[in-house]
Amino acid sequence: MAKIPVQFRLNGSDRAAFVGPADNLLTLLRRGLNDFGPKYGCGQGTCGTCTVLVDGDLQLSCLTLAATCEGKHVETVSGMAEGPVLHPLQQAFMDHFAAQCGFCTPGMLTAAKALLAANPNPTRAEVIDGISGNICRCTGYDAIIEAILAAARGGQATRAY
Amino acid sequence: MLEFRKDLFAAERDDNLNIVGKGAQRQDMPGHVTGRSPFFDDHAFEGLLHLKVVRSPHHHARIRAIDTTAAERAPGVKRILRGADVPLNKNTLLSLINFGKDDEPTLAVSKVAYKGEPVVAIIAETEQQALAARALVRVDYEVLPHVFDVEEALKPGAPIVNETYPNNYFEYHDRYDHSKLRFGDVDRAFATADFIVDDRYQMSPIEHAPTETNGSIAAPEQNDRFVVHSCAQGLFFSLGTAAKILKLESNRLHFVGGTVGGGFGGKVDSLTEPLSILGAMMTGQPVRYVLDREEEMLYGSPRGAERIYIKDGIMRDGRIVARRIRSYFDAGAYTRLSSYAAIKCTAHLPGPYTIPNVSADIYVAYTNRCPSTAMRGFGITAVDFALEVHMDKGAEACGMDPMEFRILNAYRDDDMKAHRRVAKNTALIECVQVVAEKAGWPLSDEARRQSSLTGGGGARALIPATPIDDNGRIGRPETRTGPATETLPAGTMRIPMTKQPIMEGSAEARPTPAAVPQYEPYRPTPASTAPAYQPMPAAPPPAMPAPPAATAPPPAAAPAPAQPTQHGAVRFSSVFGTRRR
Ligand code: FES
Ligand code: FES
Repeated sequence: MAKIPVQFRLNGSDRAAFVGPADNLLTLLRRGLNDFGPKYGCGQGTCGTCTVLVDGDLQLSCLTLAATCEGKHVETVSGMAEGPVLHPLQQAFMDHFAAQCGFCTPGMLTAAKALLAANPNPTRAEVIDGISGNICRCTGYDAIIEAILAAARGGQATRAY
Repeated sequence: MLEFRKDLFAAERDDNLNIVGKGAQRQDMPGHVTGRSPFFDDHAFEGLLHLKVVRSPHHHARIRAIDTTAAERAPGVKRILRGADVPLNKNTLLSLINFGKDDEPTLAVSKVAYKGEPVVAIIAETEQQALAARALVRVDYEVLPHVFDVEEALKPGAPIVNETYPNNYFEYHDRYDHSKLRFGDVDRAFATADFIVDDRYQMSPIEHAPTETNGSIAAPEQNDRFVVHSCAQGLFFSLGTAAKILKLESNRLHFVGGTVGGGFGGKVDSLTEPLSILGAMMTGQPVRYVLDREEEMLYGSPRGAERIYIKDGIMRDGRIVARRIRSYFDAGAYTRLSSYAAIKCTAHLPGPYTIPNVSADIYVAYTNRCPSTAMRGFGITAVDFALEVHMDKGAEACGMDPMEFRILNAYRDDDMKAHRRVAKNTALIECVQVVAEKAGWPLSDEARRQSSLTGGGGARALIPATPIDDNGRIGRPETRTGPATETLPAGTMRIPMTKQPIMEGSAEARPTPAAVPQYEPYRPTPASTAPAYQPMPAAPPPAMPAPPAATAPPPAAAPAPAQPTQHGAVRFSSVFGTRRR
């Protein structure tokens, strides 16, 4: 099958690849461009582990055709830190013990980033809504919600574990 | 949120711990929040091939023929694997500790015993190509009758699920059709009890549903080795299993793992490693075999369903004087870890309570369901659910508050447990007290004064005389001819292993297990004159101070020291009947 050329920005750098017409963005990122930040959890849009931002919008990369990303800006968890300096959300997740196995964490962080970009001061209910597309099987959501709220407040931990 | 109750058992603990009770950053957190934690699938390989499996659409069927010619010619297909390609196409996980017989093929050859059983593996350049070729494999099945119910499976004439165990039950040490516990005389105690509470509990299978599905990548390495990126929860367990199935020296396998995207017990079965390594051996290229979510949900082994029958005899004052349990583990089509779960279950009975008469029969039954495996306290959690629901019913029957009923019947330090080990470090009473306090549940002053540290031992440490009822006899059912008459005298720690012949065919399958339980002969003790049934004294009745600590002599001969097992597998010590203490 003929391959399609696609060019886009990935976490700030220009990338190019040839993709099949049915290839999804998740496979392109992981197997084509070696960005292993987004994860495969279901491949059918139900778990959120593959969450990325496309031009700032939350997208499930397993349901996004790679070819449609032409000219767009794709952001993954791999681009969240500024060099060695963690993003406030990343720091808050560490401080609040908001990951156990860590497999949902890239998707959670990306969803939280989109939420805070749109709504810097969310209520608890809004945080819950913001991560409602992301499944965590280990942590329990409470620590994740606390971490996101703390990041919104400026990274101050509200309680020590 | 987290509260340390250091006031409890303070004397048993040095309070100079450096980590417990203090905040500490986990070393894997930076990797998790930056997306750099190396899960098994997060590794790039040049020329990576993808493996997909053809699965049985039937619950039970004979395989008449397999035709892969069209699939072999499909675009991108590199190699097709059949059962004949697997060097040792029969395995059981606990064979690594000499427990159980090999019963499960990696790829089915002559029959399939559950829906989803792997039959053929396709290796292709892309996942889509492997999936397309998978649809071209033709398997000719002759559908057989199936059985899904554990008790149906044990009836004569039920379809034979697993030819290695033709009676549809796991055979302990090649001799025993179930795992059992006898302590005291339940029948006599039931006859004197004021209330009988009898019920049946049925659990469902539960899928672990880790966010990362099961999978592995295997690749040829330098020095004729294979590197294997694995999500196995027991990395060396998986390495040993793969080495056995592939007949490789284990030093030719280089397993990399430890970063697991959620497991909960569902990643101990080595579901993918043997085939991805075999694929890498056959193609000379890296091979990736990952279950998709549908496969994970339908065919990744679940927590096995259990059916549990409990009968309690309770006195008007709330003491439980007898408990009988009959339980069936649904192993699914192959053993995996169910045999181990049932032993844990038996050792756990009758729960954290001191009950003077206990009887239990725990079966592992094969059915045409997906094989079940480990999951978070398997063998314990389901029976605990049943026991605790039953405790509520018992409290209701005798008109007691359920919390007080638990405190009254709770085990205490130095009590004899039904499997003839002395209870140590018991804490149920304190747990109930704290839960009641947190829940604002009123407890009587007497109940609040109780302690696990006092009131145990003494008469509660005696081993009662134990009659062997018909089903209490040991051995395969057909060998139990004639009624049983024997009564084990009080104080009996262990009974000799049956002399009945071991199961036919097992001798050539492998030598007699090196680690069968070591039994110690019966030695009379002063306690041997104790009556068979004795009401449990000294769970202090309400409105009385707790009795003084035990003054009675030690009730039974000291148990024999542990016999060293072949592999020193401490974690599985209960399998061999050895002691950890
Ligand atoms: S992998 Fe995309 S939502 Fe689950
Ligand atoms: S931390 Fe394991 S799934 Fe969320």
